[in-house]
Amino acid sequence: MKTARRPAWWLLAAVLAAAPAAHADELFMARSAQAFPEAMLTLQEAIRARGYTVARVQRVDIGLTKSGFKTDKYRIVFLGRHEEVRDLVRRHPALAAYLPLKIAIFAEGSQTLVVTINPAVLAEFYPAPDLAPVFRRWAADLEAIFDRMRIRE
Amino acid sequence: MEAMKRRNPRSRNGISMHRHLCLTFVLLILAGPATAAAPDGRELYLRHCAACHGDNGYGGVGVPLALPDFQHTATDEYFIRTIRHGRPGRVMPAFTRLSDEEVRAIVEHVRSWHEGPRPAHDPTPVEGDAKRGARLYREHCAGCHGDHGQGGHGTGVTFSRPRELPIIAPALNNRGFLAAATDRMIKQTLMRGRKGTPMVSFLERGLTEQDIDDIVAFVRSFARDPLPRNEFPADDPPLLTAETDRPFDEVVEAVKRAVVGANFRLIRVQPLDQGLAPPGQEDRRRTIVYFCNFNFLYQAMAIDPRVGMFLPCRVTVVEDGDKVRLLAVNPTKLSRLFNNSELDQACEEMARIYTDILEEATL
Repeated sequence: MKTARRPAWWLLAAVLAAAPAAHADELFMARSAQAFPEAMLTLQEAIRARGYTVARVQRVDIGLTKSGFKTDKYRIVFLGRHEEVRDLVRRHPALAAYLPLKIAIFAEGSQTLVVTINPAVLAEFYPAPDLAPVFRRWAADLEAIFDRMRIRE
Repeated sequence: MEAMKRRNPRSRNGISMHRHLCLTFVLLILAGPATAAAPDGRELYLRHCAACHGDNGYGGVGVPLALPDFQHTATDEYFIRTIRHGRPGRVMPAFTRLSDEEVRAIVEHVRSWHEGPRPAHDPTPVEGDAKRGARLYREHCAGCHGDHGQGGHGTGVTFSRPRELPIIAPALNNRGFLAAATDRMIKQTLMRGRKGTPMVSFLERGLTEQDIDDIVAFVRSFARDPLPRNEFPADDPPLLTAETDRPFDEVVEAVKRAVVGANFRLIRVQPLDQGLAPPGQEDRRRTIVYFCNFNFLYQAMAIDPRVGMFLPCRVTVVEDGDKVRLLAVNPTKLSRLFNNSELDQACEEMARIYTDILEEATL
């Protein structure tokens, strides 16, 4: 039995409106044509150029490999400004859970991807008025860092 | 008077100049939209799309857009709807803040990889027997696309699957897919296949055009009941917290024991500002306990390579007045940013583990 059907665009539109995909600008992502070691250097230079300190690099791939898992290069870079972090955590102890800021950097074949959360998202979590400009500045700085990472082939 | 006479010519010139400037200003405003620089599709693509789809559309975390068979069957409208709606729960986000011109510019750039005429599908639905299509779907499609059209597992090439596979099977029951793809596009994809991916031509596999129409009718029936994505309550807190009156150092030790008790490996315990503060001047009343379960981590990375944003697992212990507070980022709150239903499930599990650790450490 054949059944002719009408396109239910209106129904789909209503459903999409009720449950949309996450908005694109809540995460920052960038692809670098550089191989992982060079991209890691570029990232650290870009971080310092914006006035941040690289606090630490967590070598996730090393831990996985030691535990017997096969993985490509995968690191987490922690960054911040000492005095800013110290002052913010004193004024807003609960913000400590999201500090220092971090960027995940991982190899994808001969190229490298970086990803981080847009700090502007934190304004929803921490609505204190004095924090809003801080989150905006962090977002602008991370965007600038990610722009430097977008090295083309 | 003489002075006025001397001023008058300047005044006339001034009025003339003023009129001229006003006219120029009005003309510039009127001409503005026409002369404004058109959005640069390549630049927009590289900024918004290349991280997942690759600089040249060869794929990665996202599908390979430059694939000739894909370009041959996907209409411009398909691309536009996909950019606008994304794929709820399947990583591809909704680009709601791009202007229509910007979206069109991105589509033009994506189309620059395509040779030949652009496909344009008749929007009338394909007629088919959905019941019969369901049987054919189970036989020919469910192996890759899932019994309920939920698609393949994992995302992207990194950690998720062998690199020789350029694509995982899309979720056909996804609201975004069903809104973007016409019946004719689905039919053409079934008939033509996609060279370079596991999607074969089902005409070449021996199905008739009517069989394919029936499968299309079944796939379209997913629109009546698409799989829901995990929805977290709007008031889901950004932090999981606990507090105690116990001494700070005792609490840190209790967290370490609770972490090990939850089958995690303690990685390191450090002041929050270590690496930022000059050595020896760190604030030891704000301490992070880092830990990991590598098996859980590996599984999470297979679900979504961007999971590094949750890493390493940590509980932050802070002195706050005469209390000691324990803080953990709520994984379910962050998970929604990733638009990945599979990751949502892993984050629910992780949120339970964090809650147990906090409770155990403050008992």
